[in-house]
Amino acid sequence: MINFTDVFFLAFAFMVIVSALMVIMSKNPIQSALYLVLAFFGSAGLWIMLNAEFLGLMLILVYVGAVMTLFLFVVMTVNFSINPLKNHRSKIIFGLALVAILLIALLKAISLQHYTPLINNAAILDPSNTHHLGSLLYTTYVYPFEIAGVLLLTAIIAAISLRGNAIQRNRKATDFAAQINVKANDRLKIIKMVAVQKTFEPLEPTE
Amino acid sequence: MMTLSAFLILAALLFGIGLVGMILNRHNLVVLLMCIELLLLGVNTNFIAFSHYLNNIDGQIFVFFILTVAAAEAAIGLALLVVLYQHRGTIDIHKMDTLKG
Repeated sequence: MINFTDVFFLAFAFMVIVSALMVIMSKNPIQSALYLVLAFFGSAGLWIMLNAEFLGLMLILVYVGAVMTLFLFVVMTVNFSINPLKNHRSKIIFGLALVAILLIALLKAISLQHYTPLINNAAILDPSNTHHLGSLLYTTYVYPFEIAGVLLLTAIIAAISLRGNAIQRNRKATDFAAQINVKANDRLKIIKMVAVQKTFEPLEPTE
Repeated sequence: MMTLSAFLILAALLFGIGLVGMILNRHNLVVLLMCIELLLLGVNTNFIAFSHYLNNIDGQIFVFFILTVAAAEAAIGLALLVVLYQHRGTIDIHKMDTLKG
């Protein structure tokens, strides 16, 4: 018996799997990025169905809003050469076989048990998911939370310093230190020249 | 239908698709980074499904930190990629063989 929730679950799961497949199969990286956005939306729906409302919304806000925008910027900045796969065929087949074995093992391990249906749990929703998550994050997990903040700061500094050097080199602004330290000799050069009287020939009338 | 195993199968499929993408795509570094995002999405879905199943919110805290680290990783990875492109003029994975690895 399929009820209303199952329809939503199936729709979101289908959306996630199809868009994940399109991410790895489409030739154009812009299409890949846009399909990844769709996969994030589907996952956010699934997470919200699992009562992780805060994280589902964070996935949309942070990932779709910030990270995928960054991806799209880079995809549009960088010029790609879109080549078909041709070499390293044996390595690819080996890798695919490895993934297939891993997937079969995973699915076998999963589907043998845990057929209990998921119901609405009270503990992770008390009083609301965001409230519960926040109160835990600022008390028990406050130290990892601070470390995560430092990590983000590190990422900011790293990204800016990676790109900052190039910006510093190419910028068209005034260098104030050089401007203050300038001397008269740098700007004005007096050269000795021999004074020569040049004689002009009178213009001939053309007509 | 909405059982724990359904979510675990979905997460395993997502992880597998991400891994296949990393193996198949051998020319484009950006798509490789996107495949890493797919892998992390599968792992996060697992965490949230178990958090719901065990009625324990600690799994969601894990996902919170994974999202933070993944955002930092994507930002630094893309910055490195742009710098690499400016130095080499290509982001082909096959041409990154300066170290003869």
